[in-house]
Amino acid sequence: MTKNIMIVGVGGQGTLLASKLLGYVLLGQGYDVKVSEVHGMSQRGGSVVTYVRYGEKVYSPVIDRGEADMIISFEKLEAARWLEYLKPGGLIITNTQEMEPMPVVTGAAVYPEELVEKMRAAGARVDAEDFLALAVQAGSPKAVNIVLLGRFSRYFPEITEEDWQQAITAVVPKKFLELNRRAFAMGKGA
Amino acid sequence: MLGNKAVARGMYEAGCRVVSSYPGTPSTEITEEAALYDEIYCEWAPNEKVALEVAHGASLGGVRSACAMKHVGLNVAADPLFTVSYQGVNAGFLICVADDPGMHSSQNEQDSRHYARAAKVPMLEPSDSEEALLFTKRAFEISERFNTPVLLKMCTRVSHSQSVVETGERIVPPQVPYVKDPAKVMMTVNSRNAHVRVEERTRELIAYGESCDLNRVEMGDTSLGIITSSTSYQYAKEVFGEEVSVLKLGLTYPLPEKLIIDFASKVERVVVLEELDPILEDHCRRLGIKVSGKDIFPICGEFSQNLVRECLGKEIPETLRIQDAIPGRPPVMCAGCPHRGIFYVLHKKDCMVYGDIGCYTLGALSPLNAMDLNVCMGASCSGLHGFNKALGAEGERKSVGVIGDSTFIHSGITGITDIAYNMSNSTVIILDNSITGMTGHQQNPTTGKNLRGEPAGKVDLEALCRALGFDRVRVVDPYDLEQVETALEEELAAEAPSIIISRRPCVMIKGTVHGEPLKPKEDKCVGCKACMKIGCPAISVKDGKVKIDTTLCIGCKVCTRMCKFGALQA
Repeated sequence: MTKNIMIVGVGGQGTLLASKLLGYVLLGQGYDVKVSEVHGMSQRGGSVVTYVRYGEKVYSPVIDRGEADMIISFEKLEAARWLEYLKPGGLIITNTQEMEPMPVVTGAAVYPEELVEKMRAAGARVDAEDFLALAVQAGSPKAVNIVLLGRFSRYFPEITEEDWQQAITAVVPKKFLELNRRAFAMGKGA
Repeated sequence: MLGNKAVARGMYEAGCRVVSSYPGTPSTEITEEAALYDEIYCEWAPNEKVALEVAHGASLGGVRSACAMKHVGLNVAADPLFTVSYQGVNAGFLICVADDPGMHSSQNEQDSRHYARAAKVPMLEPSDSEEALLFTKRAFEISERFNTPVLLKMCTRVSHSQSVVETGERIVPPQVPYVKDPAKVMMTVNSRNAHVRVEERTRELIAYGESCDLNRVEMGDTSLGIITSSTSYQYAKEVFGEEVSVLKLGLTYPLPEKLIIDFASKVERVVVLEELDPILEDHCRRLGIKVSGKDIFPICGEFSQNLVRECLGKEIPETLRIQDAIPGRPPVMCAGCPHRGIFYVLHKKDCMVYGDIGCYTLGALSPLNAMDLNVCMGASCSGLHGFNKALGAEGERKSVGVIGDSTFIHSGITGITDIAYNMSNSTVIILDNSITGMTGHQQNPTTGKNLRGEPAGKVDLEALCRALGFDRVRVVDPYDLEQVETALEEELAAEAPSIIISRRPCVMIKGTVHGEPLKPKEDKCVGCKACMKIGCPAISVKDGKVKIDTTLCIGCKVCTRMCKFGALQA
């Protein structure tokens, strides 16, 4: 059975590195894996999404509405935007950070309130926390992607700590290795 | 491995030695990844026409070669494509073209498969990374065996998806000696003979397609047979698995005949599943096969598994919803983007702005709203000239063309030549940010560096414009709004063609010196939101006071000119 994970956020938040690391870890578990992303126009501070699919044999590179087992979200509004892609009872891990999109900044739209509660009421399991604060504590706000993966690892006990560490070493640039190890531990442990 | 990287790996393994391309999403990484192999000479060409000609020249010189472009790039390269088809190759020659159904990063969603048929050039369509690698290698073999260029058609979901591949060794075929052959000069009798050969070649390729392993039948239940290719094959398998029979086509021009007729005869109902235009479907109809296609599937947009489910009467998964409207999050110009100052002034002066293709197309979005039109690479220059010929002085005093440095080299030079030669008092602004931004920071002929970042030739934009006949060429700093405004007023008023070069490097280029983030003086802020008019993502107003996101602000200080109360002084 193919499993579906979406990584969503705002262009520039480091979603691509997170999907690369996740794909690497899942391949190491012996799964067939497909990772799909969109480059270009959508990266300039726009809404971004990456699809990660794994299983015995994966066909489609994308995840459709009602198919995601899990959504990892770097920003709260983005979690809500992609909610309809989640299966009923699926899990959302979301950063509670709010980044106002331009229509909100200019006053043409409002940033909805109590999104976490509303997503729960709609039938999603939600693990929400200020992961940005944890990243800052680990040493850099840019490490929020690895903090989120640390939290993600809690829900996948079958993937060993050793496998995660090996993947981080393989994917992350060497000079940021220690920072990202700390970030991963903080996400997992918090 | 990313689909585009798999194409580059295929080039490497096939012994390809020359790659010339122009960047364009979603094709760009093909060439960037190929450049990581020291054995392949790789370059950015000024545009796709040049790239195709360079790569074909290398093929005639005797080495395997390739070029890569996005779908609209093939329009630019169409001129050589049609005649290269006649002229043939010496060593294998591959043209990679990446379509963008759904227009994630494009101005149209044209279907490149039409070019294969129109230019009578074989086309291969991989459906994942593994096939991208294998088909690339096979393309070089087909090119040499049938003496033809070969098109490899990618699309966003194949180019930008990662899937498992098996890599092999690089095998470099010996260089094919160049031998002068008078029949290679494409004129009159030679071209007539070449056309006859091309038709013969197409018949041979049809025969090849009947039995080659690029086309594959997967028999399952015979109540439904799906004829498909590319990423649509993956959606069909996702929805139906082994439940139905599938004819998967990898060689989509020229299309087989017997293979399709035979497949159709074995199933009760035939459905053609293809994104964009009904090309496989029309072919089936010509063969007299009764099929469903665009009567049930859309022509517009990208497919997905739910779309296939819906159109073929399968159940769609249940979804979760909340009541609130979710505000959109359109892309924005980066904080500190040098284009912002230009578009702010254009907005303020209420100019008619004929825009072009690049990051700066974002100038069209709110709150700047400073773009009226755009079409294709270079149209800002030539289109503006035509607009001004229609409106005369009324247009010339209010209208500008806006074009980036890379786009200007690609297709703007001929347009401004027309302005100078045919004398409209048009004003073109060249946004020189020292990089090709939107496609992910590629070098170009104005940056002084080549694809690998090594020192290279550098176009002198001021000297070029003067040489083309512009007496009025001036350079402005887009962070200096007063200077920009003065220049714009003077050049619009001038009774002569003029060029304004807005020069400042993209803030995202490594090594660009940034200022200190601003620290707003909240006690001076009256909450008037004047600073919000420039649409900077680092600025927000909360509880009536301005806030600066210090992780985004690079201290360009453009916003300080907006504030009359000194709340944004550094």
